Amino acid sequence: MSKQAILDSVAQPFLKTGVPEIRPGDTVKAHVKVREGGKERIQIFEGTVIAVRHGGIAKNVTLRKLSSQIGVERTFPIHSPNVDKFEVVRRGKVRRAKLYYLRDKIGKAARIAERR
Amino acid sequence: MFPGILGTKIGMTHVFDGEGRMVPVTVIQAGPMYVTQIKTLEKDGYNAIQVGFGEMSDKNLTWPKYGHLKKAGVKSNLRHLREFRVDSVDGFSLGQEIKVDVFEAGEAVDAIGISKGRGFAGGVKRHHFRGQHMTHGYMTHRRPLSSGATGPQRVFKGTRKPGHMGTDQVTQSGLKVVSVDSERNLVLLSGSVPGANGALVTVNRSKR
Repeated sequence: MSKQAILDSVAQPFLKTGVPEIRPGDTVKAHVKVREGGKERIQIFEGTVIAVRHGGIAKNVTLRKLSSQIGVERTFPIHSPNVDKFEVVRRGKVRRAKLYYLRDKIGKAARIAERR
Repeated sequence: MFPGILGTKIGMTHVFDGEGRMVPVTVIQAGPMYVTQIKTLEKDGYNAIQVGFGEMSDKNLTWPKYGHLKKAGVKSNLRHLREFRVDSVDGFSLGQEIKVDVFEAGEAVDAIGISKGRGFAGGVKRHHFRGQHMTHGYMTHRRPLSSGATGPQRVFKGTRKPGHMGTDQVTQSGLKVVSVDSERNLVLLSGSVPGANGALVTVNRSKR
């Protein structure tokens, strides 16, 4: 068994199945588990995917949204047990892998065309 | 309980802990080790268990080592022989197998390895010298500059200089055992471990 195969097999039990395909430019809802006062509830964070970092178990997506005119970005590990599920709301058509340019744009300039 | 185990560093990955936090882990293929010699206070002046780990081909086995392993009654050719000091040698026998289950999840351990070789390294890399500016007309960038005062007209011994770096024995203490897989002889340690992938690593129960 090669070293890489052993590493993969260690991470394998933690990988989620049935995660939808998430690409940069998509609008995604992340259902996050929040623990408050011993209780657990689901909080939804909806935003545009501005970056996807690959890397097996370490794969994560960065979501950006405007919350009362303030830009908010959160990065979610795809396979984290603290994220209940991801839901793709809208597919975006973009020409770049990392959409960091959206940070400098607001309103009409920050629109993303829909991919069909 | 045996104080440590020998293993091969496989590499690093991540796992999630019980609270959903991502933990960086180093995977070590540890053991099985076989007891090759028992050193006692009466005979050798101290109590220790010598164990062997890893495989090697017949071709590379020396006759003295062959005889030593034959005396211990172990079947395979063991590549590495190391000693572990113990308080008492009771309960150990020649040829006895020691597996990774000497550890359990949550234990604090130290990992000892041989660091990656850096060759002849400069002062910036080797001793974290600050170096000079890269721009603004500076014509020196990463030199050590002054070696000391003009008072004693010599350089003190031990002054930090460029030179060979790496391939030193390094102990990384305060690591935690994340999980133990005794079926596949794997142990997962939180954090990084000195040495290259594939190198020999000693994992000891933490002294502190």
